[in-house]
Amino acid sequence: MAAGRPLGRIAKLGSSICRNQRLFLNRSPQRRGVASCVDPAHGLTEEQKEFQKVAFDFAANEMAPHMAEWDQKEMFPVETMRKAAQLGFGGIYVQPDVGGSGLSRLDTSVIFEALSTGCVSTTAYISIHNMCAWMIDTFGNTEQREKFCPQLCSMEKFASYCLTEPGSGSDAASLLTTAQLRGDHYILNGSKAFISGGGDTDVYVVMCRTGGKGAKGISCLVVEKGTPGLSFGKKEKKMGWNSQPTRAVIFEDCGVPVANRLGEEGQGFNIAMKGLNGGRINIASCSLGAAHASVQLARDHLLVRKQFGETLSNNQFFLKLAKRAHRWLRLPPGREAATGWGKPPERVSLSRPNLRHRSLNGVKKKAIFFSPKKNLHLFHFFILLSKI
Amino acid sequence: MSGRVLVGVKRVIDYAVKIRVKPDNSSVVTDGVKHSMNPFCEIAVEEAVKMKEKKLIKEVVAVSCGPQQAQETIRTALAMGADRGIHVEVTGKEYETLGPLQISKIMAALAKKEEAQLVILGKQAIDDDCNQTGQMTAALLDWPQGTFASEVSFEGDKIKVVREIDGGLETIKINMPAVITADLRLNTPRYATLPNIMKAKKKKIANMKPADLGVDITSRLEVLRVDEPPQRQAGVKVETVEDLVSKLSEAGLV
Repeated sequence: MAAGRPLGRIAKLGSSICRNQRLFLNRSPQRRGVASCVDPAHGLTEEQKEFQKVAFDFAANEMAPHMAEWDQKEMFPVETMRKAAQLGFGGIYVQPDVGGSGLSRLDTSVIFEALSTGCVSTTAYISIHNMCAWMIDTFGNTEQREKFCPQLCSMEKFASYCLTEPGSGSDAASLLTTAQLRGDHYILNGSKAFISGGGDTDVYVVMCRTGGKGAKGISCLVVEKGTPGLSFGKKEKKMGWNSQPTRAVIFEDCGVPVANRLGEEGQGFNIAMKGLNGGRINIASCSLGAAHASVQLARDHLLVRKQFGETLSNNQFFLKLAKRAHRWLRLPPGREAATGWGKPPERVSLSRPNLRHRSLNGVKKKAIFFSPKKNLHLFHFFILLSKI
Repeated sequence: MSGRVLVGVKRVIDYAVKIRVKPDNSSVVTDGVKHSMNPFCEIAVEEAVKMKEKKLIKEVVAVSCGPQQAQETIRTALAMGADRGIHVEVTGKEYETLGPLQISKIMAALAKKEEAQLVILGKQAIDDDCNQTGQMTAALLDWPQGTFASEVSFEGDKIKVVREIDGGLETIKINMPAVITADLRLNTPRYATLPNIMKAKKKKIANMKPADLGVDITSRLEVLRVDEPPQRQAGVKVETVEDLVSKLSEAGLV
């Protein structure tokens, strides 16, 4: 596969960086056996281990038991997310003076990775919510920060990020939603597509055209639900990730106060991209968390399932496969690549396909361990697999 | 009364991990395995923190004995609301043979040193299931004990403890200072919040060795062998009652 070769190089680079870091920092490499699982706390500070522990516990107790139901019944788990917000997960990298937890990107990545072991889809939405809260926190003025951030951090209100349109996906700068200035309001016309949380959320961070063509003509507006002229399309039918609704967001002469503009006119694209730089890391972390949970489930199954008189973990074929899967699925380097060891997101160049690819490959190999039999673990596993 | 409560917390293999025995049958595999605070110790910490929130006591001190990693467990207790921690450092061979008798000697020495009003422990640890430390600590201190507590309340200068026993629930009233061991239904431990974890960073953990407390931790027990439970054997189906009786007498059970 064409993507495979650069991927292989990244994998080698990742593992050699990891090896060098280990030598440099004097850590002994962990013994890796087939039956031992990758230690998710490897390389974290004590504080990060604590954050990870809370997130793991919350995921295991509050999310995992309901994950399948949320997916099957297409429920947006508002109460569970508000519980998460009480622990500080509503605005993880938002400043504390407006209700956030004030943590670093690496801390955030660790937390989302752990939360994803409970439910990837919900955690992915929580990460979008966090991204929006950060954008308002970072680029908003005092009034905007005080108006929106506290309620977002407590998840009293939920947020959505609106950039993609039916006619502009990858070419985001060519977006067509217009915002014409009339007095002290912008009048919005246009529509956004595939908006996570759309229709159920309260605060919409919308990129729209206030100026000429291209990125420099785009501004960022905060639109509140209930504003006349704001409506939503039908809930999209998805295969998986059903715990967050996805809808089109439609603007028909929708009047938004100029006071709701984040930053200056023409700054919107810049704000959008900066938001996504963090969002990219978050979503990669979600994939890593899902891969972690999948590996654990597969490993546990290997130790329990017997065929041909012995447990699958003793089977030669699976031993070979597992060793190869372990090489692909080096979770610590995956996390290192995802977070650049704490460098600001701007300096880390990574693409979502790359990282999710690596986790996917590891997971695909593990998937062979399951045979199609009625098994509760199996169902759980496939729900996880479908979410990557 | 000093208003100080000592809470013992133990770092054990996480309850969700599938335990494996080492190939040499000397012990279970602990390297690279996820560890966390003993669930009953979490309940003990939660009870102590609740007492502090109700202003019934003034200070919660979390204690753990073990190698460097025991500090992680103390940090979790601090993140849940304990005020400070004490790490009694025990490593290597001595740590492997550390058991209830040694821990209770350490807890008793600390309870005297800190002038504790209460010592709250989990009723047992999920790795060894001894259910001895609380009782031994009380005996060494000659303090009353309220074990298997499912409800604890202050009544004047005494403590009322509802204990879960085989026959049902027993309510006792004991003088302070006392030792209490927490049972499952005492409370539901809280999650640490991110702000509390950050605050816990500033809380102090004192370091000491058992020798500093004048405690001898040599073990009087030697573990000879650790084995997995025997594999469940397949049964045999029989057609008639006579067959059943003959099979049972063959096995020497009748």
